[in-house]
Amino acid sequence: MGELEQKLVWESHTKRKAWIVWGFWFAITLLTIYCWVEMNEDTIWFFVYDAPVQAADLIDRMFPPEWLYINKLYKALWDTLNIATLGTLLGVILAFPVAFLAARNTTPSTKFVRPVALFIIASSRSINSLIWALLLVTILGPGILAGIIAIGLRSIGFVAKLLYESIEEINTTSVEAIESTGASRFQTINYAIIPQILPAFLGIMIFRWDINIRESTILGLVGAGGIGLFLSSSMNILAWPQVTLIILVILATVIVSEYLSAKVRRLLI
Amino acid sequence: MRTWERPHYLVPDKRWRIALWIAFFLYLIVGIGSIEVNWLRVYEGLERGGRFVEGFLNPNFTRRAADIYSGIYESLTMTVTSTVVGILLSIPFGMGAARNISPKPIYLFCRSFIAVSRSMQEVIVAIFLVALFGFGAFAGFLTLTYATIGFLGKLLAEEIEEIDKKQLEAIASTGASWLQRMHIAIWPQVMPRMIGLSFYRFDINFRESAVIGIVGAGGIGATLNTSIDRYEYDSAGAVLILIILIVLACEYLSGWIRKWVS
Repeated sequence: MGELEQKLVWESHTKRKAWIVWGFWFAITLLTIYCWVEMNEDTIWFFVYDAPVQAADLIDRMFPPEWLYINKLYKALWDTLNIATLGTLLGVILAFPVAFLAARNTTPSTKFVRPVALFIIASSRSINSLIWALLLVTILGPGILAGIIAIGLRSIGFVAKLLYESIEEINTTSVEAIESTGASRFQTINYAIIPQILPAFLGIMIFRWDINIRESTILGLVGAGGIGLFLSSSMNILAWPQVTLIILVILATVIVSEYLSAKVRRLLI
Repeated sequence: MRTWERPHYLVPDKRWRIALWIAFFLYLIVGIGSIEVNWLRVYEGLERGGRFVEGFLNPNFTRRAADIYSGIYESLTMTVTSTVVGILLSIPFGMGAARNISPKPIYLFCRSFIAVSRSMQEVIVAIFLVALFGFGAFAGFLTLTYATIGFLGKLLAEEIEEIDKKQLEAIASTGASWLQRMHIAIWPQVMPRMIGLSFYRFDINFRESAVIGIVGAGGIGATLNTSIDRYEYDSAGAVLILIILIVLACEYLSGWIRKWVS
């Protein structure tokens, strides 16, 4: 009778599963505590305790924003827009062949070409555009060209990855139908594959453009042009009211671009 | 003889199509025209570009071994703590920002917190936090935590808004408390995707930790910045290769764990 009563209490896991889940959480907790201790080895806690005072002081200096400074920012905003847009175009042009080489159903060879294409995608995705910009500024000199190429290189991985996934998901019947007419490989791609991936492709491009606007606002911090250049120079001379205005302008740009891209993507689908 | 033409999908009207293409090319001309390039400087830089490619292909792990090791170590510890704390904090923010389970004032507060966190670049946040908390990993930890709350909070809120209402009603009808309803009716529905997203965010946090070091918030970015500034492209190549390898390892691991969970 006692055994039966025990079974009546409902549990969401079996015994063994409960132990595994418990062990998993325990391991994560231990790891986090260990990392926390290691991370804070060099932390100067005095600065941390002092932070609220510093924050109050900083906010006091940042307001009100220097509104008239905006007249100097129009050119920088235009540069930022160009970095993002031209960078996206460059990235898309470079990503297109990479995606076709990486997709299992269009690649010429799964053994040799596909791994190379996948490696290109992985490297481009792992390295932030700010790091590319840092490198390119030492190579090409400061200016928006370095920014455009940095954004382009960073976009390859993102665009190519989403694009090759949508190429792999295409409907093969229409490919076979076109092939059965004796079409060449190029014609097959043009008439059977491109029409199927075009909406996805444009959607991906606009999505990436939105991300790139966001990223190009800070590339100026390392000298690659755009509004970030003004941000870093205003901060270097501790002109906090200017900094506030620049950050407000960046926020407004990001919000507008996000709104635009969401609107256009909804039109496409 | 009429020949067949492939129909156009997006803009069927020919005039609109031509107008859009003209606008596009006009923008290209104006946009590319606005690039100012000092070709002499580019020509001089090409040699450095060659050295970078060479350095990337023959990375030097030894010259800055100590810096690289401590930088990667700091990046990893920062990533772990900020991801864990970020996930924990994103749960209340995500629940607060879900329209179907939270009252209006809390909803508005959480939504605007998430919106601000999402539209601020990590690097800009890091600059401010470094100014407030001093150089080092603690500022980086706070930056990444803040960014994680925005990212996961928004996705969690969307996930909760899309749950199957019947389960919530069924559990509520048994007289379950608020906590029990959350735990038994909502958590199982959102958990699988949340685990996947958490690993994805871990990945992003690691990549970002390489960047915020450039503005002084700890991690591998500082090492990378010095080696690029000193034109030591072989050390920079070593750091970049380590970053790529760790990101790839994270991706594999998260794919494996996601399969295991589902």
